[in-house]
Amino acid sequence: MTAYLLKRLVIAAITLVLASMVVFAVLEIVPGDPARLMLGMNASAEQVELLRSQLGLNDPLALRYLHWAGGLLHLDFGRSYTYSVPVLDLVRERGVVSLPLALIALALSTVIAIPVGLYSASRRGHAGDAVAMGAAQVGVAVPNFWFALLLIYCFAVWLRWVPAGGFAGWGAGIWPALKSLILPAIALALPQAAILARVTRQALLEVLSEDYIRTARAKGMPYRAVLWRHALRNALIPVLTIMGLQFAFLLAGTVIIENVFYLPGLGRLVIQAIAQRDLIVVESVVMLLVAAVIAINLIVDLSYAVVDPRLRSRE
Amino acid sequence: MTLWKSVLAAAVLALASGSAALAARTDLVLGIPLEPPHLDPTAGAAAAIDEVLYANVFEGLTRIGPNGEVLPDLAESWTISDDGKVYTFKLHTGVKFHDGTDFDANDVKFSLDRARAPDSVNAQKGLFAAIDSVDVVDPATVKVTLKNPQGSFLYNLGWGDAVIVAPESADTNKEKPIGTGPFKFQNWAKGSSITLVKSDNYWGQPAYLDKAEFRIVPDAAAAVPALLSGDVQAFPFFQPDGVAQIEGDPRFKVVVGSTEGETLLSINNKKPPFDQLKVRQAISYALDRKAIIDGASNGLGVPIGSHQSPASKAYIDLTGEYPHDVAKAKELLKEAGLENGFKATLKLPPPSYARLGGEIIASELREVGIDLEIIPVEWAQWLDQVFTKKDYDLTIVSHTEPNDIAIYSRPDYYFNYQNPKFNEVIKELDVTSDEAKRIELLKQAQKILADDAVVGFLFELPKVGVWDAKLSGLWENAPIQANDITKVKWND
Repeated sequence: MTAYLLKRLVIAAITLVLASMVVFAVLEIVPGDPARLMLGMNASAEQVELLRSQLGLNDPLALRYLHWAGGLLHLDFGRSYTYSVPVLDLVRERGVVSLPLALIALALSTVIAIPVGLYSASRRGHAGDAVAMGAAQVGVAVPNFWFALLLIYCFAVWLRWVPAGGFAGWGAGIWPALKSLILPAIALALPQAAILARVTRQALLEVLSEDYIRTARAKGMPYRAVLWRHALRNALIPVLTIMGLQFAFLLAGTVIIENVFYLPGLGRLVIQAIAQRDLIVVESVVMLLVAAVIAINLIVDLSYAVVDPRLRSRE
Repeated sequence: MTLWKSVLAAAVLALASGSAALAARTDLVLGIPLEPPHLDPTAGAAAAIDEVLYANVFEGLTRIGPNGEVLPDLAESWTISDDGKVYTFKLHTGVKFHDGTDFDANDVKFSLDRARAPDSVNAQKGLFAAIDSVDVVDPATVKVTLKNPQGSFLYNLGWGDAVIVAPESADTNKEKPIGTGPFKFQNWAKGSSITLVKSDNYWGQPAYLDKAEFRIVPDAAAAVPALLSGDVQAFPFFQPDGVAQIEGDPRFKVVVGSTEGETLLSINNKKPPFDQLKVRQAISYALDRKAIIDGASNGLGVPIGSHQSPASKAYIDLTGEYPHDVAKAKELLKEAGLENGFKATLKLPPPSYARLGGEIIASELREVGIDLEIIPVEWAQWLDQVFTKKDYDLTIVSHTEPNDIAIYSRPDYYFNYQNPKFNEVIKELDVTSDEAKRIELLKQAQKILADDAVVGFLFELPKVGVWDAKLSGLWENAPIQANDITKVKWND
C-alpha cells in the first residue's frame, strides 16, 4: 500500500512539472500583449513598452519560467498584471464560491443519481426503468444554461424565493450565501446526475449478472439485501471514477453557469484572465487546477482500495 | 380612557409607518457588464473603471456633463491668458478627500505631474502632452502653462484619467480609491460587486442616494431576469437584444441615447487594392447602412457619414455622400481595374455589433464582387494583429473615445491613412480655443475624411439604458463612458 501510494505521488510530481512547462509555453505563444490591453487604443507604443518592462514582460522566456515555477514551489503564485494583487488572493476569493458550489452540486447529483440508478437496474426493462432512463437522456441533452434560465424565471422572477444571481458572500451569513448557490448547484447537478445515473445502472447490471449474485439469491438472501450489500459495492468503482471526473469539471468547467448566475467563480476568473491576457493568473490557476485534478485522481485511486479490499493486499 | 389612548397610539404608529413607507428609497443596485481590473482611473484604459468611479468618487478640475459639455468641478473658475498658453484655476476651498486629508493646489500639481511623468503609465498620457509646467500660486490657485495653445485643454482635464488624487493615497487607489466626490468607496467583493456610500462631508451638493452597489452582470441573458426579479434596478449600458423583453413593461424605462462610439468598417489604407480611392469609395457605395444598423444594433444606431458624433455641435450630416448604390460601386471597381472583384479578409472582434454587422457587410460587399473571408478574433488578438501590427484588410470596431477625430492624423495609426491637408486642419484645431472656429475646423476635417472614404462610416453606437421607472437622474447619453449617479434619486 505504501509503495502503491509512493508510486502514485512520484507520477503526480512528474505530471505537475510537465504540465507547468506546457501551460507556460502555450500561453506565451498565444498572440496578444497584456500591456496593450491594459492601456487601450489611445496609448503610444513607448507607453506600452514602459508598462511591459514594469511588469517584467521583457525578460527572457526561460528566466520568466524559472522565476514563476520557482515561486510555485513555495506557493508564491505571482501577481496579477491587471488586478495587481497576488494571484493566490484571487484564487482564494473565487475558491470560496467554486468549491462549495462544486461540493453541493456533486452531493446533489450523487443523491439523485445513485437511487435512480439502483431503481432502474433493479427494474430493468420495466416501465419505471424506461421512464427513469428517458428522463436521464433528457437531462444529458438539455443545455444547462437554458435549464438555468428556466430555474431563474421560475424561482427568482416568479416565486422570488432566491435571488436571480450574484453571490451574497459568506460574510452575509450562511443562509443568504447558500441561497445564492442553490439554483446554480441544481443547474449543474442535473446533467451530472443524469450521466451518473446511467453509469450506475450500467455498472449494477453488469454486476447483477455475475455468478455470486445468483448464488446469493439462491441461498435465499432477499433481493434488496443482495442489491445493496453485494451489487452496489462492487459497482462503485466506475461510479467513483466518473464522480472524480465530474468534481474536477465542476470546480473549473462551470463558466457558463457562473455567467448566467454572475457568480464570481474560478471558471470566470480564468476566462476573464485569458481575455485580458493576464498570463500569470491563467498559468497559476491552470496549474492549481492541474494539481487539484491530480489530487482528486489520487483520492479516487485510494478510495478504490477502500471499496475493494483486493486492491489493498495486492501490492 | 385607556382604549382612547391605545387607539391614538395605533393611529400615531400607523402614520409613522405610513410616512416611513412614503420616504423615498435611497439605495440602488446598478448592473455593469464588465468588472474593472482595479479602481484607479488614472492607471488604466478599461472603461469599466470610469463606469464606477468617475464623478462619483473621483473629481477633476473640470468634468464632462451629461451632454458632453465641459463643466467646472474642483476648479471653481479659471482664466486663460491672451496667448492661450497660461490657465489659472481658482479652486474650491474646504474640500476634503475621503480619508479626511485636505484638498488644495498641491494635490492638483501632484496629480498632473504624476500623470505626465516619464515613468507614468497613464493610459491617456497624450491628454497632458501640451503641459509645460504646473505651479502652485497659493493653496487655492494653480497655474498651468502650456507649451503651445491647446483648444481642447479644458475638455482633456475632464477625462477620468485626469482626476485629482492625493499623494497620500495615490499608490493605493487601485484597491482602495480615495477621492473628493459625493460618494466614497466602501467595499469591493471581487467578481461580484463594488459598493459606494454617500460621503458625509462633501463640498458640493450631496448625493440623494445613501448607498449604491455596482453589480457585475456579464451575461446579457442574465440581465433581464435580474431586472424582473428586482435584484438590479438599473442597467445604464444594456445589450440591445434584451430590449424586446423589457419594452412595454410599465415598471421599467428603456432609454436610447447617443454615445461617442463611431462604429467603422476600418480599412487598411496602404494595402492594395485599398490604397486606391476608387476602391474605398466603391466599398462606401456598397454599404447599406440601414440594413447594417438593423442587424447590428437592433435598428437603434444613428447613421454617420464621417467621424463625428451626431450629438456634437460640430456634426455635419455626410451620410448622403455615398448613398447605397450597387451599380455605382461596381462601376468604380471597374475603373480601378477590378471588374472581376477581389478577395479580402474581414477581422471581427467579439462585440455583437462587429460579429453581426460583419455578416451583413460581407454579403453586401459580395454583391459588388468583393469576396470577404470572415475571421473572428478576440480583443487581445485584435489589438495585437490589427491595431498594433496592422496585419488586416478590413475590420469593424467602434471608436468610443470622445472627440477623437485626430486619430486620423496620427502617423502610425492602424488605418495607415495620411493626408497632409487633413493634418493641417487638425494641427490648427489643436491650437484653436475659439468655439466657432473650432466647429468650423471640425467640419472641414469631417468633410476631408468623407471625401477620402478613409473607412466605411457605419453608425454611432447607441446607448441603451434600462432602469426602474421610478428612478431619475441617470444619464441618457454617454458623452464619456461613465455612470454618474450623483443626481440619481427615487421618485414616488
